[in-house]
Amino acid sequence: MKLSPQLKSLSLVLAGKRLLLSEIPYQTTLIQEAVQKGYVQQMSGLQTSGSRYSCVRCGNKDKSLLGSHHCARCQTICHYCRHCLMLGKISSCQPLHVWAGPPIPQPIIKNSLRWKGELSLGQKVASEAVVEAVEQKSFLLVWAVCGAGKTEVLFHGLERAFATGKRALLATPRTDVVKELYPRLQASFPDISMTALYGGSKDRHANAQLVLATTHQTMRFYKAFDVVIVDEVDAFPFSYDKSLQYAVEQAKKPTSSTILLSATPSSTLLKTSHLQVVKIPKRYHGFPLPVPCFKWVGNWQKRLKKNKLPSVVLDWIQTYEAKKKPLLLFVPSVSILTQVSEALQNQSIKHASVHAADPKRHEAVQAFRNRHVSIMVTTTILERGVTFADVQVAVLGAENDVFTEAALVQIAGRVGRKKETPTGEVIFFHYGVTKAMKAARRHIEQMNEEGGRA
Amino acid sequence: MNRCLACHQMYFDQPGWLRIFMLGKSSNICQMCESKLISISGKRCVTCSRSLDGLRSYYVKGEQCLDCWRWEQSGVRGFEKNVSIYEYNSFLKEWLSTYKFRGDAIVATFFAEKLEMLYHTHFSGYVPVALPLSSKRLQARGFNQSKLLMQNWAEGADILHRREGEKQSKKNRKQRVSQITHSPFSLKVGATVRNQNFVLIDDIYTTGTTVRQAASILTRNGARNVSSLTVAR
Repeated sequence: MKLSPQLKSLSLVLAGKRLLLSEIPYQTTLIQEAVQKGYVQQMSGLQTSGSRYSCVRCGNKDKSLLGSHHCARCQTICHYCRHCLMLGKISSCQPLHVWAGPPIPQPIIKNSLRWKGELSLGQKVASEAVVEAVEQKSFLLVWAVCGAGKTEVLFHGLERAFATGKRALLATPRTDVVKELYPRLQASFPDISMTALYGGSKDRHANAQLVLATTHQTMRFYKAFDVVIVDEVDAFPFSYDKSLQYAVEQAKKPTSSTILLSATPSSTLLKTSHLQVVKIPKRYHGFPLPVPCFKWVGNWQKRLKKNKLPSVVLDWIQTYEAKKKPLLLFVPSVSILTQVSEALQNQSIKHASVHAADPKRHEAVQAFRNRHVSIMVTTTILERGVTFADVQVAVLGAENDVFTEAALVQIAGRVGRKKETPTGEVIFFHYGVTKAMKAARRHIEQMNEEGGRA
Repeated sequence: MNRCLACHQMYFDQPGWLRIFMLGKSSNICQMCESKLISISGKRCVTCSRSLDGLRSYYVKGEQCLDCWRWEQSGVRGFEKNVSIYEYNSFLKEWLSTYKFRGDAIVATFFAEKLEMLYHTHFSGYVPVALPLSSKRLQARGFNQSKLLMQNWAEGADILHRREGEKQSKKNRKQRVSQITHSPFSLKVGATVRNQNFVLIDDIYTTGTTVRQAASILTRNGARNVSSLTVAR
């Protein structure tokens, strides 16, 4: 039976999704008709087992993130999920809608990749593993050092997916990454329908073959994808945690490929059963990762209280300032950021600073990138996903708990990312060496060793 | 460890003797969020509670703010005064919109406690009335945000009816103030209000149009005093 044009367009909106009535931009009467004819199936958004509730969309079971109230619609006590409230309220009396009509196929598009770049040796090995994971529907971790060129590694796998009519998702915890990757992927695959979803974005292309989405936006999808790629599985604040894992599990088809990308996978992730791992221990330009050196600076917090920086740190800053090299100085918290900034001002050293809640964050980063300022003081917000040419990096207070092994490896990974300036210095200024610092250094040395052999 | 009702982060209660002897109540929100809630204090408008500190002198008319003075000049009577808990700053705006528009109903538990205390100090003997929603809006939202603010301390008199209309929050100041004569409220059949005092409960007092519309219906039907008690001003 042929679908009416209205039902056809409804099917495209609903394809591979699980939506509330309020999220579907069609008349209620059309949806009711579709439900009656069996094209659309309704399912409860909240699951109950005994007196415990769990959210079907985001998997939340935490009692403190579930609420209830007397509902004017169903005239009883209605429970609802507070965890994914921003996506529209999931409650006992509001069903989710899924497409149950004839399946909506994706087109088969051969030779879709327009990217003409060259893969490094390490990238080539990983790229082949990705293609295989797409074909074999397997579970793969691409463990690539910072600056290995992870995105290019995905290209051939994606091309293979589109050539066999598969639908793919690239999920990442951060909006910035979605926005950055979208134009790059569009340029590489101009013939593939693509959409980028993040808080406040518009879904310009219903049923796109390649979806780029933040963790939250992934929660709307249901049994949609043949290939799911999760970027930066270890990234703060959404380490490959329960809710991202749940969202990915729900979004993929029962038989599908899962590809995880990380520079610093957690030990729990590495222990996952059926996980295949491919490593890229070398950067795309072939130079080794800069190894951090440790420098004891005594009780730096006490000096900061006197509005002074430890002299070793000040020397380091002034040396590079004279050489006109850009510097990134990482600090453990926003309050220390302010203190360091004041101490620098005290010495009349021109600098910029950023933290997550800073409304002018993007402007400050841009000014640093364009070399309008050569010194940037930052919290861990700039630990990953950013590239600054010829940058030198230091951490003040590397012994602090926020600087985990993963964070320190990522921070060190900011140095020497460009082919033109592949080396540089990484210093951890500390008041006592921690296990995390040692582990980070070992991690980097080990990768360099493996890279040397390869 | 508790989870903050506003920011969802986990936090520890501030230690203190009251907590140790289980006398003080834990406050449901973390210290960070608590510090962003600003209680209304200092010199205020005698009618609407608006803080007059830091207000340009143009907006102050004696003990009143310009708005309330204008209401009186234009002959809108029948409204005694408004009392609010907090200043309507960006933090509260965000949180109340999560409560009302996103539908996070349990947020009401936090404010209900505070409203109860203010009710006893300012409006003892007054009959509390939740501002009603139109039936269409009530269906869409699932709950009446004003009614939930009275949970655990008042039943509320169900005496007002509200007909369909555009959302107040979608209108600008001029549009709101000018509709004072087109009240969406009416008295329910059989409701008696003669010689009684009423306090209207709502989430936000912005221009005061809504509470004045409801108040004038009540006073025209013989109510003695009508005031309002809101979370934000």
